[in-house]
Formats: sequence, structure tokens, C-alpha cells
Amino acid sequence: MVTRGFTGRQSGSELSDRIPPGQHLVDNFPVLTAGPTPQIDPADWTFTLKIGPRPVKAWSWSEFNALPRTRMTRDIHCVTSWSKLNTAWEGVAIDDILAEAGLTAPTPFVLAHCYDGYSTNVPLADLATGKAMVALKYEGQPLPRDHGGPARLLVPHLYFWKSAKWVNGLQFTERDEAGFWELRGYHMYGDPWNEQRYTND
Amino acid sequence: MTEAIAATTRWQSCAIVEIATRTPAIKSFFLSLSETFDHTAGQHVDVRLTAPNGYTAMRSYSIASAPSDSKVIELAIERLPDGEVSPFFHDVAQVGDTIELRGPLGGHFLWPGPTEKSVLLIGAGSGVVPLMAMIRYRKASAERVPVALLLSSRTWDDVLFRDELLELESSLPDFALALALTREPAMRSSDFSRRIDAPMVADVAARLRVAPGCVFVCGSNAFVDIAADAALALRPDAGAIKTERYGT
Repeated sequence: MVTRGFTGRQSGSELSDRIPPGQHLVDNFPVLTAGPTPQIDPADWTFTLKIGPRPVKAWSWSEFNALPRTRMTRDIHCVTSWSKLNTAWEGVAIDDILAEAGLTAPTPFVLAHCYDGYSTNVPLADLATGKAMVALKYEGQPLPRDHGGPARLLVPHLYFWKSAKWVNGLQFTERDEAGFWELRGYHMYGDPWNEQRYTND
Repeated sequence: MTEAIAATTRWQSCAIVEIATRTPAIKSFFLSLSETFDHTAGQHVDVRLTAPNGYTAMRSYSIASAPSDSKVIELAIERLPDGEVSPFFHDVAQVGDTIELRGPLGGHFLWPGPTEKSVLLIGAGSGVVPLMAMIRYRKASAERVPVALLLSSRTWDDVLFRDELLELESSLPDFALALALTREPAMRSSDFSRRIDAPMVADVAARLRVAPGCVFVCGSNAFVDIAADAALALRPDAGAIKTERYGT
């Protein structure tokens, strides 16, 4: 349905193929969270890998920082409709975390857990093979608290609520278990190119 | 999933039936739903505008009206000078136009229901919109949970829903109102002439007969961080503090 009198701010064609439907470009980096911003001292920080309820490996901040580093520059897309191009991240690839724990694919589903009680589900296929990392730096600087510091999940090809801030572990699950927003009406997978914003999209 | 959730995700056409200027920068748009829905105070809708060549722009707006049987919902939209959608609403949209929306959406920033001891609402500027839906719901329902609102605005004339809030302050039992004006002196002794800080949040929380069991904060990221940290100091349970931050 055409909206009378609306033309919008349409991007040039060279960028439009990088902007999923219903999204608009921003230059700033908006912050959206469901609660207070946690304060996490790296001395208290741990990252735990679990299979079901069973912890299989845990890292301290210094141990985690000693893992191989990966950099990626990606476009990111928030379900609230902003997209930001060319964001530069550095962290530890999920592949390297799994390799360090001697795991390949215990189950096909993963639930990411966070310090603020947040969680989100991502299939292993969307975390492995270089697709995702636990990010420790943004634009060359330690990750700011507001953006999930000291560490956040980065799954840039899915809506950004999947890139959980203040992440403290990954849990392999037998089924695709809904996380925080997925239990509250958001899509289980969240592909921006198919506009999978809400449960039945 | 359930039928109810399926219904919420369908786009529907709505007619603009009234436009009301609320403050120099904020207008309310009253939209007549073609499919009525039953929302919970605090929820939002997604609005979609479509250009003749098929380009679409989508934004989320909180619902200002209380849940009711009415087909009409109110959205209060601030005109962002460099915005894409809000200038369309302020400068182009007229009564009789139709726009597309879907909702109600959001399953977290929700009025908690009658079990809570009291509710502290903290908003800045147009961040009062979902909080206003809660206050209006509290008035329309039989609920008696004490509510306090701390609302930060630049000036007296920028206070969204000012006259209605002042009226509710005197007529609604167990409702406390505190305004924080950041660019001019407050005119009432119960208000503040400064930006939000932790002592201000503690002062307003103390106006509730019982300590807040639930806190809702809506505004810019910097504002929300200050308010949420101050609320944490009152009641160290992060899960009871729900925040919504402007995404722009």
C-alpha cells in the first residue's frame, strides 16, 4: 500500500543491496537493552561451555584473551530497523572456542547465556565455519560496557538481538530452545533478509 | 504458535482520525484500527510507510493509549529533525490518510499487573509514552498499586501530556508526579530544576508508600543508564528494572 506523500530517504543503488527490507542506515551505534547495564570486572569474568546442564570447559578473562584472535568487518542489522555498515570487530571465533574445548558438534543447537540473565538461541551452523565470534574489541578498542563489554556474541548475519551482550557462556541443547526475546514474540531464527522479526514472520 | 500471536504480526491499514499537537516537537496521532487488538500497557506497534517505487520505511512507536475496547489507539511521535519517518508524520500526514501498522508488539516492557507492591516510572521526553499508557491503564482499571512518575523534559512546555498528568496528580489516588526540567527552573516545589541523578530517583521513590517492586525506565541511552543505576541502588534486583532506550 503506497503511503500518500511519502518518498523516504532512499539510499543510493550501490548501498541498497546491502540494506535488508524495512531497514534504514544509521551512522551512530544505537544502544538497546532490556534492563540496567551490568558492570563486570574482568577479574570476575568467566566464559563457560556447556553440553546441556554439564559444564565442559571454562576460561578466565586472561585465558580467554590468550585464544587465537579473529577480525571481521560486517554490516549489522537491528530488528528495530536500523542497519550499520562496515562495523569492525575483533574476538575469538566460535570455531576456535570449540576447538580449544575439543568439541565439534555435540548438538545442532546453542543457547548463549549472559551476565544480565539474557539468553538467545542460535543454531550451531550459524556460529561455526567463521560466521560468528565472541567479540572483545570494536573498532580497535575494548568493547564498551554499553555495547556488551567486556565480551559479546557477534552473529552479524542475523538480527542483532542474537549478538548477545555481556555473554558468559554457550550451551549446547538437544532442541532449539527459545531465548529471552524469542520467548517474548521474536522470531526463533531472525534472518534480516527474510524479515524474520516476530514469531510468525 | 498461538492464533493470538499470529494475529499480531499481520499488517493492517489504519486511518488517521485525529492529530493533536502536544508540545512544540510532539504530536499525537489517533489511528483507527481495522482489526482491533487488546494490548498491554507498555507495548508498541510497528508502522510502515511505502513510497511509490515500493521502498518502505519501518519504525516502532509505543502506544500511549490505555488498553480499551476502542478501535482507536494513540501514538505520540516526536519530530526528529534529521528523521525519515517522524517528519512525514509531522509535515505530511493528515486526518483521513491511511498508514500500515502491526501490533501489539513487545513482551517485556509491560505493566506488571496487580501483584506488585508499587511501580516507579522514569521517563525523559517522549519516553513517557509507554509510561503514560500504564498510568492511564492504572486509572481506568480497578488496580490500586501506587505509582510514581519521574519525568524529565527540557522545559515546562515540553512536558508531554502535562495537563493530563497534573490533573491525574490531584485526582488519582496513590499517584505521585515529579517533573525534572533541564533547561528552565521548575515552578513547583515538588519538581526539580536539573538533570536526572541518583538522589532525585531516591527522592521520588520515597514518595511511594511502599518501596517500588518494579521500575520502568524509558529515554535516551545516557538517561536510562543513570536512572537504571539509581534504581538498582534502591532495590538490588536487576530483573525488576525494565528499560527501553531510543534506538536512534
